[in-house]
Amino acid sequence: MTTVFIGSGAGFAGDRQDAARPVVRTLAKCQGPRFLIFEVMAERTLAAAQLQRRQDPSAGSSPYLEAYLGPVLGEARRAGVRIVTNAGVANPRAAASRVRALADAAGLDGLRIATVTGDDLLDAVGEANLRALEVMEGIEMPEAPLIAANAYLGAEPIVDALDRGAEVVLTGRTTDVALTLGPLRHVHGWAADDWHHLAAGTLAGHLIECGAQVSGGYFTDPGMKDVPHLADVGFPIAEVDGEGTIIVTKAEATGGLVSVRTVKEQLLYEVHDPSAYLNADCVLDLTDVEVAEQAPDRVRVTGARGYEAPDRLKATLCFEGGFLAEGAISYAGPGALGRARLARDILLSRGRRLAGNAPMRADIIGVASVLDGDGGGLAQGLEPPAMGDYRVRFAARVDDRRLAQRLADEVLSLYCSGPAGGGGVRQSVVPQIRTCSVLVPRDWVRPLVELV
Amino acid sequence: MVSLYRIAHARTGDKGNRANIGLWPYHGDAYPFLAEQVTADHVLRHFRHKGATACVRYDLAKLQGFNFVIDDVLEGGVNGALNLDGHGKTLAFHLLTLEVDVPEGLVMGLQGGDVLA
Repeated sequence: MTTVFIGSGAGFAGDRQDAARPVVRTLAKCQGPRFLIFEVMAERTLAAAQLQRRQDPSAGSSPYLEAYLGPVLGEARRAGVRIVTNAGVANPRAAASRVRALADAAGLDGLRIATVTGDDLLDAVGEANLRALEVMEGIEMPEAPLIAANAYLGAEPIVDALDRGAEVVLTGRTTDVALTLGPLRHVHGWAADDWHHLAAGTLAGHLIECGAQVSGGYFTDPGMKDVPHLADVGFPIAEVDGEGTIIVTKAEATGGLVSVRTVKEQLLYEVHDPSAYLNADCVLDLTDVEVAEQAPDRVRVTGARGYEAPDRLKATLCFEGGFLAEGAISYAGPGALGRARLARDILLSRGRRLAGNAPMRADIIGVASVLDGDGGGLAQGLEPPAMGDYRVRFAARVDDRRLAQRLADEVLSLYCSGPAGGGGVRQSVVPQIRTCSVLVPRDWVRPLVELV
Repeated sequence: MVSLYRIAHARTGDKGNRANIGLWPYHGDAYPFLAEQVTADHVLRHFRHKGATACVRYDLAKLQGFNFVIDDVLEGGVNGALNLDGHGKTLAFHLLTLEVDVPEGLVMGLQGGDVLA
């Protein structure tokens, strides 16, 4: 029986740029069809890329395309490893030109590159239709300008591109699991309504789509969950046979760990009801999944069940979201807590004077910050040492960029006008997007596959 | 009372303004008493200060794990929160600060060292 080998080279926009090489080297030794996926898109990336593409028709693909593909393109081609990635972001055709330039520079003649487009709903159905939809997830739909609206395409167009011989497939927004399910359907010939097999492929994709999160990353906790050589954590490889049995392993000669525990943690990552994980291609039921260690760094996953895909596709709408103003300042040594608390109170009272009821908070890092709520309820119950090393962090969101800068500057002005010994101010003002998810009729979405 | 941190491991995921936390006991023996004690209500109260409005627990009896889905705990989520951690990645470790009663007579290795008799 044919086994398909699918390695992950990146699990999010901003992932390691040297992770793919050991994966390709390992894949080169495997017997069977081999693929390398890069999942490098985030909502924020996509919204920014849409804006860039509207101003410049050649812009809007992943800024990291060369960084991810450059080091492995030649080796992958020589080893027969085909690449599937959403690095096309808002402009897969522009990404194709960039991959062609990489191939030309490396002397890779005749590389077959495919693009998948059709996820852009602003182009396809227009703003009014989108604003009429009910919000499924995220904020209520704001009145702010709508920047981007993209449907999550399923695996079908990727299957089509691979069937037509593509060696590199560049997509915009698809489900993350489609990057894995596409190659599996292409090789194993699973039909679009073969729900149990599609569920197994979806599960394989789900387990490796976040890169090292299944092989020791976002897992290691020294003394509790120890993992060797995390600095060189190996990225995962899924081996999937025609019956849908999955082996999760990782690149050879790397750090990290694939164990029952690492796989279980990733199994529920971003899942809500485990009996109904909704995807474009099927509904995945994890209820009867079994996870067993087969050998060190080899974990077998079986038992995924699948049901008919939802009749609508998920889409994400991105709106302008004003500006996030942030600033931070440190206080240390004797009396630091009192000085930090005074700085926090000054920032909140002056911030309110400037920005009224705008969303605003101030934390003392070292007392409670990430675990606290905007109201500071957790910090109120704590009495930390007066002497310490504390950092006051202030954050506010407003629509006006100049006001955002003034708010951030309130932290800077504490140097001369605030409590004694405040140091290390850093500030930033960053444009924000707000997002919400909706469900759209499938006939609004017409994927297009082109070989270039 | 024993900190949940010694008994189980956990991971947060986010979608919009909703977080899920997968909770996995290190030993299967802990699954039944965690099912009894770490209720959705208990977890909701633990995250109230973060603005949590609802919590649902899904049980995976076969794999011996739990999935807690907590609404509004991200205070806007990755694109809207003022919190440094808009994804809620750190929240799994807040869940692990809950204290639970290990039933008498149950001998179980606790993660991180001791044996509790």
